[in-house]
Amino acid sequence: MRVKYFAWVRERVGKAEETIEPPATVRTVEELIAWLSGRSEAYAYAFEKPKVIRAAIDHAHVKSDAAIAGAREIAFFPPMTGG
Amino acid sequence: MSCPVTIRIQEDDFDIAREIAVLTKSRTDIGAVVSFSGICRADDDSSKVAALTLEHYPGMAEEEIRRHADEAVSRWPLNGVTVIHRVGRFMPGQNIVLVLTASQHRQAAFQAAEFLMDYLKTSAPFWKKEESATGTGWVEAHARDDEAAARWTKS
Repeated sequence: MRVKYFAWVRERVGKAEETIEPPATVRTVEELIAWLSGRSEAYAYAFEKPKVIRAAIDHAHVKSDAAIAGAREIAFFPPMTGG
Repeated sequence: MSCPVTIRIQEDDFDIAREIAVLTKSRTDIGAVVSFSGICRADDDSSKVAALTLEHYPGMAEEEIRRHADEAVSRWPLNGVTVIHRVGRFMPGQNIVLVLTASQHRQAAFQAAEFLMDYLKTSAPFWKKEESATGTGWVEAHARDDEAAARWTKS
């Protein structure tokens, strides 16, 4: 699946997007955050406060317990500050 | 009664008078147009802002605004909605966002414009980065914006 990062999550991870293949045991957004955090210090820093991180699956906001099965694109970003 | 919905995300500036003219052209059923413009301001709480950079999530930003525009159309008797959100780097005084709502009577247009702005602030995927004399940093979300959006879910 494709993963996108925005704002300071993107800056901390060090990239805007990538394709990942998490193991089948990673089933929810929350579990994906934990799995990504274990990849390197950069990811751990980006996701150090997982409750602050917002997620979207295929362009729709989701909660942290949302299932990731079948997702084409998952995005992680801080709370929005547009308008 | 048709209700055209126009949503644009662009780097270019917008012309409010022109957008209102487009929205009301050849229409005789519109009695009210409410216009909200969000402008880059220099004073943000404590520091002087030199510039703001707006980042967005292409694709989702348009879809998220569309979802809320559709909800506004279903909640209020509207005759037209235009939302334009700019992205890029802005200096104080420059336009950032425009919301236009048209209706037969003013109340629907006022309420729908406020509803759209409250949701634009809290759920449309845009992020502001601020440059000031003390450095550069991402703007933090305000709880007051979440509270403003939450009041529309109360019946």
